[in-house]
Amino acid sequence: MISKKTKQVLLGPLSKNNPVIVQVLGICSALAVTAKLEPAFVMAVSVTAVLAFANVIISLLRNTIPNSIRIIVQLVVVAALVIIVDQVLKAYAYDVSKQLSVFVGLIITNCILMGRLEAFALGNGPWDSFLDGVGNGIGYGIILVIVAFFRELLGSGTLFGYQVVPQIFYDWGYENNGLMILPPMALITAACIIWVHRARNKELQEKR
Amino acid sequence: MKGEMKMNKQSNVYTVIYAAVMVVVVAAVLALAALALKPAQTQNVRIDKMKQILSSVNIASDAKDAEDLYKKYIVDSYLVDEQGNRVPGDAFLVDVAVQVKRPAGERELPVFVCRLDDGSEKYIFPMYGAGLWGPIWGYVSVDAGGDTIYGAYFAHQGETPGLGAEIEKPAFSDQYQGKRLFIDGVFKSVTVEKKGQKPVDGADYVDAISGGTITSKGVQSMMQNCLTPYQKFLESLKK
Repeated sequence: MISKKTKQVLLGPLSKNNPVIVQVLGICSALAVTAKLEPAFVMAVSVTAVLAFANVIISLLRNTIPNSIRIIVQLVVVAALVIIVDQVLKAYAYDVSKQLSVFVGLIITNCILMGRLEAFALGNGPWDSFLDGVGNGIGYGIILVIVAFFRELLGSGTLFGYQVVPQIFYDWGYENNGLMILPPMALITAACIIWVHRARNKELQEKR
Repeated sequence: MKGEMKMNKQSNVYTVIYAAVMVVVVAAVLALAALALKPAQTQNVRIDKMKQILSSVNIASDAKDAEDLYKKYIVDSYLVDEQGNRVPGDAFLVDVAVQVKRPAGERELPVFVCRLDDGSEKYIFPMYGAGLWGPIWGYVSVDAGGDTIYGAYFAHQGETPGLGAEIEKPAFSDQYQGKRLFIDGVFKSVTVEKKGQKPVDGADYVDAISGGTITSKGVQSMMQNCLTPYQKFLESLKK
């Protein structure tokens, strides 16, 4: 049912063409919201939603957009969607929106969005663009969640706010690693993921 | 059909018209969204404020029961001035963020009176100040004598998770319970100190958050700045 190209568009960004660990885009937000799992998860969902809809809108408009202002048009579409997501969160998920605070607004600056609009949506139909948006959003989200998992587990001893490292470990002298919560560890964790990913996918390695 | 579609999409006229139409459409959509969602948002903000006020007297509430619990426990609210005299106005609607920027003598100071299940009365005062990255705020409740803190609640907009953001956890705010605002009749507020250190002037203190020093100090100056104008009011409670 699903053609090979469609499958490639949806699943490629999850691994071989991952926006964060292969293309190294959107690193700044991976750094900012991954100290805890919950904001990382909501951020992943928000980015996926904004990316999918922005892709569809730009794809529908692609034959009408004047070339000289196409970046501005893309920005306006993304910014408008982000404001709507922010407003909806404030109205129906107030607690989550309080947690994410400024980071929702910062989705606008996520380079993955502009990258996909420019590279994919401008040249492909709405359905493919939608899948591309969902695929890249999830590809981004997976990395965010993996990084947040290790940072919250090792830095706070919790997952989604629930204590998972048993008290007896602390009694034996185990300490939460405060360094994990600081921003540099997000980069180092992401780098470790890239390392593992490249070691397992030989075709991603540069030829010497 | 083909003939009509063939207009020059790269011309300046087309570009300007395209941009103008786009801006109008987007503005209309956003204005509509803002209007439609406004009532739900204002209600959320109201309920959230009630939840925060209730937290300062150690009553946990959620979005559903906050309004009922607030009506049940908060029996009175009014504004006072620096001299401790009542002034007209609605305490719930006063924007503390605006008030703290004014000189102490001109501020409208909200007071919320809470009557707990055991019949004891607590006085709740709002606070607003600056952390490391952005604003921090909170509520502190004081015993009927005006001397001892009964409970405190702190919140922040964008402090570092795991560090400064820990001020919103009970592990930090519960330290305030039982701390004295007056030492030997002199108003001292409550300071925040590095573990193992003590304030020189003998004021009561709580432990700062390691790695969140600037936020912790922000809490200290917020409390100092926001409670000092209440000094006369607190003294009047003692009588």
